[in-house]
Amino acid sequence: MTAATTEPVTSRGESNLLGFSLPLVALLGAFLGFIAGNAAGWPLIGAIAGVVVGAGVTYLAGTSLREKRATGRWAVIGVCALLGLLVGGLGGLVGGAIVGAILGWVAYWLVRGDYRKGVPPYATAGQVLWHNAFLFICGLIFFFLIAPIMVVIPLSFNAEAFFTFTPEMLALDPEGYSLRHYRDFFSNSDWQLAMRNSLIIAPFATIIAVSLGTLAAIGLSQSHVPGRQAIMAILISPMIVPLIISATGMFFFYSAMGNWLEDNLGFSRELTGYIKVILAHAALGIPFVIITVTATLVGFDRSLTRASANLGAGPVKTFFSVQMPLILPGVISGGLFAFITSFDEVVVVLFVGAAAQKTLPWQMFIGLREQISPTILAVATILVTFSIILLTTVELLRRRSERLRGMSPG
Amino acid sequence: MTDATAQDKIAGPTPDTAIRDAERADGPMLAADGRPLKKSLASALRRQKIRALLLIAPLLIFIMFTFIIPIGQMLFRSVENQIVSETLPRTVAALDGYDSESGPPSGEVFAALTRDMVVAAELKNHTRLGSRLNYETTGLSSLFRQAGRGVDDIGEDYTDAFVDANEAWEEGETWVRLLANEGWIVASDEWAAREEAAGRGFDELPPRFVFADGVEEALPRTTEMYADFAAVLRTEDGDSPVDEEPWNIVYLSLYEDLAANPDAPAAFEGAEAELLAEAAEIAAGLEPFDYTAAFEEIDEDWLGEDVWGTIDAFSSDYTAGYFAASADRKLTPDGIQPVDEDQRVYGTLFLRTMLMSLGITVSCIALGYPVAWLLANLPLRTANVLMILVLLPFWTSLLVRTSAWKVLLQQQGVINDILVWLGLVSDSNRLIMINNQFGTIVAMTHILLPFMILPLYSVMKTIPPSYLRAAKSLGATNWTAFWRVYFPQSVPGIGAGSILVFILAIGYYITPEIVGGTKGVFISNRIAYHISTSLNWGLAAALGTILLALVLVLYWLYDRIVGIDNVKLGG
Amino acid sequence: MKLTKILMASSALTLAGSVAFAESHAMESPVAGEPMADSMTLVSWGGAYQASQQKAYVEPYLEMNPDVTITWDESSAEAVAKLRAMNEADNLTWDLVDVVASDAIRLCDEGLAMEVDHDEVLAPAPDGTDASDDFGDLIVSDCFIPQIVYSTTVGYRTDAEGWTGTPEDICALWDLENFPGQRSLERRPIGNLEWALLCDGVAKEDIYDVLETEEGQDRAFAKLDEIKDNVVWWTAGADTPQLLADGEIVMGSTYNGRLFSLIVEQDQPVEMLWDAQVFDLDGWIIPEGLPEERLNRVMDFLWFATDTQRLADQSKYISYGPARDSSAPMVSMHAELGVDMAPHMPTDPANSENTFLYNYEWWADYRDDLDAKFQAWLAQ
Repeated sequence: MTAATTEPVTSRGESNLLGFSLPLVALLGAFLGFIAGNAAGWPLIGAIAGVVVGAGVTYLAGTSLREKRATGRWAVIGVCALLGLLVGGLGGLVGGAIVGAILGWVAYWLVRGDYRKGVPPYATAGQVLWHNAFLFICGLIFFFLIAPIMVVIPLSFNAEAFFTFTPEMLALDPEGYSLRHYRDFFSNSDWQLAMRNSLIIAPFATIIAVSLGTLAAIGLSQSHVPGRQAIMAILISPMIVPLIISATGMFFFYSAMGNWLEDNLGFSRELTGYIKVILAHAALGIPFVIITVTATLVGFDRSLTRASANLGAGPVKTFFSVQMPLILPGVISGGLFAFITSFDEVVVVLFVGAAAQKTLPWQMFIGLREQISPTILAVATILVTFSIILLTTVELLRRRSERLRGMSPG
Repeated sequence: MTDATAQDKIAGPTPDTAIRDAERADGPMLAADGRPLKKSLASALRRQKIRALLLIAPLLIFIMFTFIIPIGQMLFRSVENQIVSETLPRTVAALDGYDSESGPPSGEVFAALTRDMVVAAELKNHTRLGSRLNYETTGLSSLFRQAGRGVDDIGEDYTDAFVDANEAWEEGETWVRLLANEGWIVASDEWAAREEAAGRGFDELPPRFVFADGVEEALPRTTEMYADFAAVLRTEDGDSPVDEEPWNIVYLSLYEDLAANPDAPAAFEGAEAELLAEAAEIAAGLEPFDYTAAFEEIDEDWLGEDVWGTIDAFSSDYTAGYFAASADRKLTPDGIQPVDEDQRVYGTLFLRTMLMSLGITVSCIALGYPVAWLLANLPLRTANVLMILVLLPFWTSLLVRTSAWKVLLQQQGVINDILVWLGLVSDSNRLIMINNQFGTIVAMTHILLPFMILPLYSVMKTIPPSYLRAAKSLGATNWTAFWRVYFPQSVPGIGAGSILVFILAIGYYITPEIVGGTKGVFISNRIAYHISTSLNWGLAAALGTILLALVLVLYWLYDRIVGIDNVKLGG
Repeated sequence: MKLTKILMASSALTLAGSVAFAESHAMESPVAGEPMADSMTLVSWGGAYQASQQKAYVEPYLEMNPDVTITWDESSAEAVAKLRAMNEADNLTWDLVDVVASDAIRLCDEGLAMEVDHDEVLAPAPDGTDASDDFGDLIVSDCFIPQIVYSTTVGYRTDAEGWTGTPEDICALWDLENFPGQRSLERRPIGNLEWALLCDGVAKEDIYDVLETEEGQDRAFAKLDEIKDNVVWWTAGADTPQLLADGEIVMGSTYNGRLFSLIVEQDQPVEMLWDAQVFDLDGWIIPEGLPEERLNRVMDFLWFATDTQRLADQSKYISYGPARDSSAPMVSMHAELGVDMAPHMPTDPANSENTFLYNYEWWADYRDDLDAKFQAWLAQ
């Protein structure tokens, strides 16, 4: 290892790390202080204050408060928040607290050598730098992924009927916030109907897409299927035809089918309405199931089914006891895509559905078009909260079953 | 084969005996059940194929019926053009061999047009045809609407002349007695009696009109128009012609028949012959009708080259006109010509759609690859928690996410506000990040990123980390180990993600509509416009077909280069 | 002869029918007493406009006819395409559709909307004036039953920075010197080209003649070029109010009802210009091909919902002018805010000094052509 001679990295003594960390944190402090000061109008003073605070916290973290991380961090947050409050009022308090939190975290992270945790001890300085830069980039990408949600959640508590951060909201004035959009969602029968319809249509469409799709994917994965490429192209076509064309084209078929169902089988108009939308959404979700499940089956070991057959299991038992558990992850993620396709689809349902089948996206679409209403954001926030709870529960259950099965946590 | 030479203790073939038999090379190799192995294998293969097809069949049938056939019909509209020949059958026939360079067509064509327009106006089809042809030549919509109002009166003078001479001509019954077959009159009477008896809710159609023998030869033009009159009355109003006065054009036709053939009354008998002979005398005193002048009076544009060139160019049942329009070309009587420069838009839009979708795909790879790598290499419990962050955007509707990007990116938006607050950007020079291509790419990348991360993750999960370590321990640098060992194994994931993202990006139109401004909209926006606003479904279908063809070509190329079996998505 | 007897009998029947009809004319709808369907699907725009319809005539109608159920479908924006698809698929699920006038003309042209005799299906004014005279010129198509007059006009922020003076007329849109900042205009040629020519010095009555020529069109686009870089193009009616509220734009065009809600209901620092407002109409059409019982229900509802009182009531909830002349004097206070509505009506004499009604027939001809040009121009 060429960089084994680089001094601050190889020797991990306290004093050396302090010497390495101090200027870095001071520099960071100067930068953050400059920006914060700039906002208040005194960039230079801000930078100097930043250097002082940064150097101070690093020194303390490396010496007397080394083992009391929480105390040290809270102290620096407090100091910075106080500075911010003096300069910029309530907004300054929040900004200062954020700056303090960053400085405190970085100081301890550097001075205690935590930045090397993810890499092997023999890694070079360059590798350590790259590793941390990589994590930083990934963090930014995750931030990019959830940034819109972070905007949506506060706006859903807006007291006004616009998608705008009002001055009251920015000043954290309670008058700028209200629950009126949540009240609207829970009291408005249109939203309730839309929610109910979405919760009826999406699961049924998913079940149809997943069951037919999985069956066909198993068929497609057999070794000798005549016209395989063409069949594959046909099956994934709902994904590649522009939605608006699909919507109009499907309208004709489903109208004819609806008429037939009503005339010959005596179905009510409402029931046929649901059947039409469910089938249309199932067709749109199928490509996702096909692609995921065939991909899982590519890596499937065929000798397992043969072994099962050898041991006397019929094809059905083989499928459910041997094949299904193994391809389940693919089926689940295909199902997830299919569910989302139905749950978030607005173009086709506008054509195929009638007003009695309006789904959440439909209601949102007319909400955005006719009269901007942050109720849409309230709905989104509720769905996000719901899905966080759901996904967290699933993850906790997974960990529990892992523990019960005596597996080491992966 | 230790006992190959021993005597067989078992009757019947065993694998050993079969092979030994084969080694003797006398007969065909036999399977365990004694059939020739080749046949047995073939039947097993056939069974396997049938089983596979049976598994695929339900879905294939489902997709064929609920998707392929309806969409195919929709796309087929891109060449369909029967509306012209169905609405103006006589005109199209009369136009055969017409050359628009030689000025307006002959009076014959206008005579045919008059007859077609009378029928079309009764059926309210003329405005529909006008809107159709207006896509090709501006102004035809109102030209047809005016003509529809005007043609009713064509021939009014002749009606008046006949009615003045004998009021009987005003009665529907006179015409029926003159033209109808005896059997039809009886049937019509019976129908009328049933109608009277049934009262409200009677919906049986009157009998189809039948001419008496020889009438059609004697009065060809009259009977042709009268047949249309009776048919329209029957299907539109459910009425019998017995109690209705015919259209003016029928009187005009009668005049023309009698003028051309003064002996026509000879074909009739009794009172009808007298009536007709009297009419023939009146006809002899009337001037022939100038159809061209009548249309000139409705609107002089009817004599223009444009109108007739367009009708002529679009008179066939199937047209390449919509595809020509999709390629910024125009179908004219002189063949396909480029449209004016200030109307060319589709070429730009197709190109832009492709380039921007490519840009979105590339940025999805750039952002998705590191995240997928991180997720695949972290311990499962950490990775699953981070995976929630990837899946969360899925639960916020596309519409909400797009609106949120608007709030973030606009000039008075969150990002600009923060930058101004920090003093990095001055208040008067706020960054323009929305209503342009940048806004579209950011919002679409965000929306489609999970479609890249999930397939990448599932592929990377299968690459053993030991490969990288092995490469490094053999002396590879970090870069070489990644580029030569890890990256090639992750290509199927990139492929699957790219094809998903690219195809989905091409078809999106709501997001570009909201954040795209003028330079960030896609071809799908135009398709949507033609479907829902301009009602030019033929053009929408042609644009859609081209888009679909482009995607299929890409799909085929992808299959050739990467192989569709290598597509991995989740799981 | 038998034929003539039937003929006479049936004409006598019609005569008797029309006498009876004339007697009941003033009070009841022409279909009163006939069998009617007991449910009806109304198609409208959603939002505040649909709410005004609900309160002004749907709720009173339901009170009078408690056994009827009415479903709303907020699909007016897709009405033309959906009606065409329904017609082709023979699956008509709508009973009465609210559309803008240009869509009504289009639907009528395509044979998708039913032609009506306005004097027969609509109630006369209280003083006995025939419906067709009461609605007057607003009946722009045989299929169209007008409800309201709205206008597309311009709103501006009162706190915009760097402005000298306040905008007085429509040409302020082009005055980047005195009124710098972003503007918003609708992403379609209709309205914008007229304004461009108006501000390029073309007299109002000559606009469509000029626009018909190639040079006139180039002239309009050249005028729009002057502000092209400063324009945000909107497509949904909710866009401009949101942009104004954000301060993202300093002035922009939208429907006058949206500006009313922004200014009066939401209390935003915005003012509106009435100059050169483009009048447009919104109203009902009856889809072609309704079965008799459903049609009777629609006729019964229409008779009630478009009478003088009901149209005047609608203006209590939204600042759009009633389409009947006889309703205009009855416009009163906003039902919840207690604001006098008359000064907020586009048809109010003080507001309608300089207006124009856009030429539907002209646009029916030139829309396809100019739209292609407009899109190409935008894409440049």
